[in-house]
Amino acid sequence: MANFEPKILAFCCNWCSYAGADLAGTSRMQYAPNIRVIRVMCSGRVNPLFVVKALSIGADGVLVLGCHPGDCHYIEGNYKTMRRIPLLKKMLKQLGIEEERVRLEWVSASEGAKFTEVTNSFTQLIKKLGPNPFVHSKQTSKEVKSG
Amino acid sequence: MAKLKIALYWAASCGGCEIATLAIHEKILKLAEVADIVFWPVGMDFKYADVEKMPDKSVDVCLFNGAIRNEENEHMAHLLRAKSKLMIAYGSCAYEGCIPGLANFYNRQTIFDRVYVETPSTDNPKRIYPKTKVKVPEGELEIPEFYDTVKTLRQTVNVDYVVPGCPPEEKTTWLALEALISGKLPPKGTVISHSVKAVCDECPRKKEEKKIKKFYRPYEKIPEPEKCLLEQGFLCYGIATRGGCGALCPQANMPCTGCYGPVEGVIDQGAHFLSALASIIDSNDPEEIQKIIDDIPDPAGTFYRYSLPDSLLRRAIIK
Repeated sequence: MANFEPKILAFCCNWCSYAGADLAGTSRMQYAPNIRVIRVMCSGRVNPLFVVKALSIGADGVLVLGCHPGDCHYIEGNYKTMRRIPLLKKMLKQLGIEEERVRLEWVSASEGAKFTEVTNSFTQLIKKLGPNPFVHSKQTSKEVKSG
Repeated sequence: MAKLKIALYWAASCGGCEIATLAIHEKILKLAEVADIVFWPVGMDFKYADVEKMPDKSVDVCLFNGAIRNEENEHMAHLLRAKSKLMIAYGSCAYEGCIPGLANFYNRQTIFDRVYVETPSTDNPKRIYPKTKVKVPEGELEIPEFYDTVKTLRQTVNVDYVVPGCPPEEKTTWLALEALISGKLPPKGTVISHSVKAVCDECPRKKEEKKIKKFYRPYEKIPEPEKCLLEQGFLCYGIATRGGCGALCPQANMPCTGCYGPVEGVIDQGAHFLSALASIIDSNDPEEIQKIIDDIPDPAGTFYRYSLPDSLLRRAIIK
């Protein structure tokens, strides 16, 4: 899979990580073009359902980026995310999806450099993992169609 | 008025739904006054050929229970859909896949290996598996193909109504039958139940703030009688499950397992329960959170107990 360019979805919280991504952009830092950013008001808004849905319709990896613990604009939204993602990963593993395909990171508004580092390293990791098995597995795609 | 014609069928199911249809007790006499049963393999002697001979749309309503596990189930779903004016997915198997749907954690090969080779009571050194066609001196024998993935009825044919539950409660069944008898039918696609809200709405247990330090399985602790089971650390699925059952299980000290399916408007019951459940873990320390999560040995099987085939991912990936 030499030419595999993964599709990566990044949920960025409005107050920290999206501003961090913005800073990376305005500072002209280079990062992998594989990510598609969706701005959410808080990482706590990211229902695990969103991640599951993204994986079920073609994302090869999903990043959830939020404010550092203690910095949440809504006081404890990111703590909820901190609890949900590990449980989600445990569940995805049982369903045959590598848990590395989902990553939670804390990126503040001043961390443009961390944003590029996270997106680059995550893109590299997903490239190594290869395409999302759910979308590319023959057994599923065939049967989804017939269903 | 001519009598209603009702067909009942079971596909991949345990038979509990058949009993649930009888659990309407004396109301069955009322049903018999206004309806004739034209097909019911469990209770009466009909053949598939009898159904094939019926004119299309000649049956008023088909109560179909069971998931679509094999070719025969699928054939009957299509056949009964063609013969029936209304198709009702009756019970959790037809609605969401239910317990037979847990087979979607495996595939045909791994299931066959387990059932026909690995089980301790099986002696099959030549690894003989069932085949769809086999030649014997008398001719060729056929059995239906066993599918890789369990499907729901809605993934197979057009379904008009859903009656949820594993099995549906008496009052839920009667709510659906009453609507049919009176002709006052809800809009197509309705999940017929007394409630669109969660089971908690009907549960009489006292509910306060939910904060969980440790999860318990039902055998590990005797629950306090009045306090919310979830607050006591039991994986009670009531918060993510449609009500209408009357919250019977939590009242009998048994956590809700989610058989009435998602509440109105939710597309993936398991992921929603995961979201709600993880949020109430009482810790802000990643290591402690991981420890608390370790108390849930089988999250996918717990969250998708009734709904794996109907979930967004539908099945586990087998490599």
